[in-house]
Amino acid sequence: MKALVWHGKEDIRCDTVTDPEIQDPRDAIIKVTSCAICGSDLHLFHNYIPGMLPGDIMGHETMGEVVEVGSGVDGKLKKGDRIVVPFTIICGECDQCKRGNFSVCETTNRKRHLAEKVFGHSCAGLFGYTHLTGGYPGGQAEYLRVPFADATHIKVPAGIPDEQLLFLSDIFPTGWQAAVQCDIEPTDTVAIWGCGPVGQMAIRSAILLGANQVIAIDCLPERLSMAEAGGATTINFESESVLERLKELTDGRGPEKCIDCVGMESHVMASLPDTLLDRAKQMMMVESDRPHVLREMIYVCRPGGIISVPGVYSGFSDMLPMGAFMNKGLTMRTGQTHVNRWTDDLLRRIEEGEIDPSFVITHTVPLSQGPEMYQVFRDKRDSCVKVVLRP
Amino acid sequence: MFHFSNIVRTKGDPKIVAGGPSLKRPEDQLARALGWFSIGLGVVEFFAPRRVTETLGMEGHETLVRAFGVREIMAGIMSLSVDKNAGLWARVGGDGLDAAALLSGLTADNPKKGNIALALLMVGGIAMLDYRAAQDTKPRRPPRDARRKLYPNRSGFPKGIESARTAAKQIAAHAAGRT
Ligand SMILES: [Zn+2]
Ligand SMILES: [Zn+2]
Repeated sequence: MKALVWHGKEDIRCDTVTDPEIQDPRDAIIKVTSCAICGSDLHLFHNYIPGMLPGDIMGHETMGEVVEVGSGVDGKLKKGDRIVVPFTIICGECDQCKRGNFSVCETTNRKRHLAEKVFGHSCAGLFGYTHLTGGYPGGQAEYLRVPFADATHIKVPAGIPDEQLLFLSDIFPTGWQAAVQCDIEPTDTVAIWGCGPVGQMAIRSAILLGANQVIAIDCLPERLSMAEAGGATTINFESESVLERLKELTDGRGPEKCIDCVGMESHVMASLPDTLLDRAKQMMMVESDRPHVLREMIYVCRPGGIISVPGVYSGFSDMLPMGAFMNKGLTMRTGQTHVNRWTDDLLRRIEEGEIDPSFVITHTVPLSQGPEMYQVFRDKRDSCVKVVLRP
Repeated sequence: MFHFSNIVRTKGDPKIVAGGPSLKRPEDQLARALGWFSIGLGVVEFFAPRRVTETLGMEGHETLVRAFGVREIMAGIMSLSVDKNAGLWARVGGDGLDAAALLSGLTADNPKKGNIALALLMVGGIAMLDYRAAQDTKPRRPPRDARRKLYPNRSGFPKGIESARTAAKQIAAHAAGRT
C-alpha cells in the first residue's frame, strides 16, 4: 500500500509499504477513506519530538471502513462498519480508561519503558507519533491497523460526509477539551493563542460553552478571518500589542481563561527577545520547547483564572514566571486529549447541525501529494489552514 | 529492495517495499554538507588553534582563531537546523571575517604567505558555495504583503453564530436553575 513515511528532518515521502496485518486478536484493519495532516505532525516534520525512526508511518487523524477484525474484537466492530479512529489508543479496561482519562491509558503503549524513563509514567499509545508513545504506524496510508480496536474507535453513521466527521479523531475534541477545562462561565472572556486548526475548534467550543467574549490571537490574516467568522474578536500580534489589546477588551481585568493552541514552536520575532533566546537555546539543545505563549498567558491572565494547554510541549521549558503563576493563584490544565470522553456528545452536535467542523478544511488532495502539503502547511502557503488527504 | 529502516520495525508493522521520491533538493544537500564542514572546521579551530596559526605564520592570534571556531560551530548547527537559511547567511558573513583576518596576515615578512594565499582562495570558493546555498534555500513562506485568501464565511455553525450563542445561554440558564 501507499503511505506517508518519515525519513528524517523535513523529509516525508510517499512510499510503498507492506500492508498491515492483524497482530493481535483485538486488532482491526481499516481501509482509510480520509486522513488529515495535524499541526503536531509538523513538530515531527521538524524532528523536534524525540524518538522518531526512519520508516515510521505518519498520521493520527484517520477514518475509514473496517475490512478485517481479529477474533477478540468480540462483536464490538464488524466488517463494513464506518469508524473514526481516535488518535489515542485505548484499552477501555484499565483504571485510567475507566475514569475517562483515556490519553493516559495504562495498557496501550507498547514501548512504555521509554516513556516511563522520560516522563516518569507512560501515557497511552498514539498513532503515527514517536516511539515514546509506542511508535504505532499512522493513518496517512491506504490501510491502518487499529490495535485494541474493540475500544479504540468511534462508530459513525452513514449519510454524513467524511469531512464533517474526520476531526472527531483529534482536533475537534482537542479544542473542545481545551475549552471544557476552562470551566467557562457566562461572564468569562476566553483568550485563545493560535488560530490553527485546534485554535479554530477551541473558538467554536468556547462559543458553544457560553463564553461572554472570545478573543483570538494570531498573525496570519486568513486564520484571523476564519476566527472572526467563528465569533472571535481578533488580535494580530504582528501589528498590535497583545498585552494592551487584551487589557482594553477586558476593561483592564485580563481574560479569565486562556488557551494555548500554539505549543512548543511559538513564533520567533525580533520584537520578542525571549523567542530569539528560546530559538537559540533550542538549536544548542539546552531547551527543547519555546514557551513564549505560556509566559504571556501567565502574565495577562486574570488572577484566579485558568490556563488550558492543548498545544504540544515535548520536553523542557525555561524561564516560566512561577512567581506570577503562584501569586495570581492561577490553575493550569493540560494533556493529550481524552478523545472518547467527548465524542458521543460532539457527534450528536454534528448530527443535529449545531456545528460543522469541515469549515476548517482549505485543501483536499490525494495521499500521494502529502509530502508537498507538509511543506505548504508548514510555510502557510496558499492560505493553508487544514489539509485533508484522500488515499 | 533492502531498506535499513526495516531492521528496527516491530514484527508485523508495515515495512518499506519501494521508496517514493524525496522532496530534498540538491541545495538542501549542499546546505547539509556546508553545515557539517562548518562544524568540522570549527572543532579544529577551537581545539587546535596553534596548528592553524602556525600553518599561516600568524602565531599569537590563537584566541581569535578559537573565537572563530565557536562562530563556525554555531553557524554549522544553524545550517543543519530548520533555520538553515539563517545559518548559511551567517556563514557568508563569517567568510568575510575569515578573509579579512587572513588579509591582515598577508605581510611581506610572513614566511608562510603562500599558505595564506591558498587559504584565501579556499575561503573564496567556500564563500561562493555558501552564497549559492543561501540564495537557493530562501524560506518559501509567502511575503507579508502577499495576497491571501480570507475565510469570512466559514463560521462552522450551520444555524448561524447567533443561534449558537443563544443555545449556549439557554443551557447555562437551565444549569443555573437546576442548582
Ligand atoms: Zn493532532
Ligand atoms: Zn486503558
